[in-house]
Amino acid sequence: MTRENVTIYTPRPATIKRIKQMTENEKLFEIILDDDMPLGHNPGQFVEVSVMGIGEAPISVSSPPTKTDGFELCVRAVGNVTRAMHAMKVGDKIGIRGPFGNGFKTNMLKGKDLLFICGGLGFAPMRSLINYVLAYRRDYGEIAVLYGCKRPCDLLFADEVKRWRFMDGILDHHLTVDEVCEGESWEHNIGVITTLIPKAKFNPETTYALICGPPVMYRYVIHSLKEKGLPDEHIIVSLERRMKCGLGKCGHCQINSTYVCQDGPVFVYSEIKDLQEAI
Amino acid sequence: MRIIDKKDFIEFVNLLITKDARTVVGVKAKGDKFIYDELASADELRLDFDVTVLSPKKYFMPPTETLLEYDLSSDFKVMSVNEVTPLIIIGIHPYDLIALQQMETVFRDTYPDANHLLKLERSILIGTNMQNVSPHSFAASMGTATTRYGYDLMLTDIGDSYYVELGSDRGEELLERYARVSMPDESHKKRFEAVINGIVGKFQKKLNFPADELPAILAKTYDSDLWANKAEKCLSCGSCNLVCPTCYCFDVQDVTELNLRKGERIRTWDGCLLEDFAKVATGENFREDRASRYRHRFMRKGKFLHERFGFIACVGCGRCASGCLPDIADPVEVYNTLKEEVL
Repeated sequence: MTRENVTIYTPRPATIKRIKQMTENEKLFEIILDDDMPLGHNPGQFVEVSVMGIGEAPISVSSPPTKTDGFELCVRAVGNVTRAMHAMKVGDKIGIRGPFGNGFKTNMLKGKDLLFICGGLGFAPMRSLINYVLAYRRDYGEIAVLYGCKRPCDLLFADEVKRWRFMDGILDHHLTVDEVCEGESWEHNIGVITTLIPKAKFNPETTYALICGPPVMYRYVIHSLKEKGLPDEHIIVSLERRMKCGLGKCGHCQINSTYVCQDGPVFVYSEIKDLQEAI
Repeated sequence: MRIIDKKDFIEFVNLLITKDARTVVGVKAKGDKFIYDELASADELRLDFDVTVLSPKKYFMPPTETLLEYDLSSDFKVMSVNEVTPLIIIGIHPYDLIALQQMETVFRDTYPDANHLLKLERSILIGTNMQNVSPHSFAASMGTATTRYGYDLMLTDIGDSYYVELGSDRGEELLERYARVSMPDESHKKRFEAVINGIVGKFQKKLNFPADELPAILAKTYDSDLWANKAEKCLSCGSCNLVCPTCYCFDVQDVTELNLRKGERIRTWDGCLLEDFAKVATGENFREDRASRYRHRFMRKGKFLHERFGFIACVGCGRCASGCLPDIADPVEVYNTLKEEVL
């Protein structure tokens, strides 16, 4: 038996620095790698998080690369690893592999108008890019965010989202929820995410739409955007798939000959619209 | 090229078993089937086998393999593990040698996977040309009935002796060290060529078209009714994945000892025909119906991996056809039917 220092499957030790309960099911974890190195990710990339004894799960990075003292993961308690993470406390150790995947091409987006369309937990990876472009605000044109979730209490990063109302001229935003329960207050739209698209005023020639949400969302959003004249080359999606290795080997994330963990998770719609099973 | 007498070959194998530090594995009979297993003596070796139940892939990508060891009693203690038993494997048919080469390409791609590659590097592969052909095999159609690469030594039974092709320095050294050999004469060469030329004629199963047309045929048949019709009987058991020499998908799990202190992160064989293969934690299953999973495997072998790596990841061994309980996995039947659909 050979014991090697490091293989491609070895997680780097990291420490949970801060935990914030964001909603009933989602927590925000701030993580510091124990070697104090920055993660070195691009917005839209993900890491494989290890809770030793439980397993490994792919989680997108929620913080922008401009934050270098640790990184943030917005985690919904939904599987074994994420439930175990939710039971952890500040100071506990996790393992990190990655960052993996391609991420958003931030240089390509420079000078363009950006229309973010986020559904539910799809806001988690998108928040990395939104905060990145806000940090380099002058490099980009108009910025609008359409964000929808099930109920008002499901809003992620609610503090930041609430601050957007004071960012007139910097960032335009429209929020929606599927339903408002008794006792909840909500002054924004009610309806599915596509009902926000007519509210966003954008120039299809200069605008790039960036979409991340539950699998069912893409087809409808893309349809609405195309009706508004947005070309396929201006529609950028981040896709979810099952992943085990993050290295293009285990086969789980494969969409035909495309490996989401390597070739994605970010795709230009024009490049995958003929890829069966993708959207 | 060398010639080794059959009597001397037995001596050679027995010397490998007793003198060489590496573990000697070969093809043995098990009931009316054949398997790769450790050899106790050369008498057990059956080079007249038609096909083995599993391919030698099992030695380089074990069904269960430890990737990490962890200790939960301290903060974060993780050790990377690569269990390597150097092997000498005797009796690998050309299609399985080619499959091993394909797997090496996959595991070397972009992020070299030491857990696979080190096992391969430390082992000696002794191939053998087919004396008997399984009724399900169609290797001749896939161009994998013979091979000029992928082995350290290649044996061909030419009657009273084996004709031995040298594939590497390591193979040649092995012969020099343990075997009494001679140089082939014209008669040996003629007999060798006759055996090689006779192999293709032994196959009962054939594709009705050249295999290199396969990616183009599959590109046109994604929406064929064949997938749903065949998959209606699919048990989603993953047997076709299990026996395939080029299926390499894996799952990763943490297995903790009962004392809840130490444990291992293991990878195990997975199969794209299994229901949960593409299912994510939120419950979404990206290949929920059997037909899409059934189609995925054929597409992956004949088209997807071809796009990625340039080879057709089906070597025509026929194991899937013989392993499938509802008898829907025979690639010859599937591919020939699809060819007719695009004519």
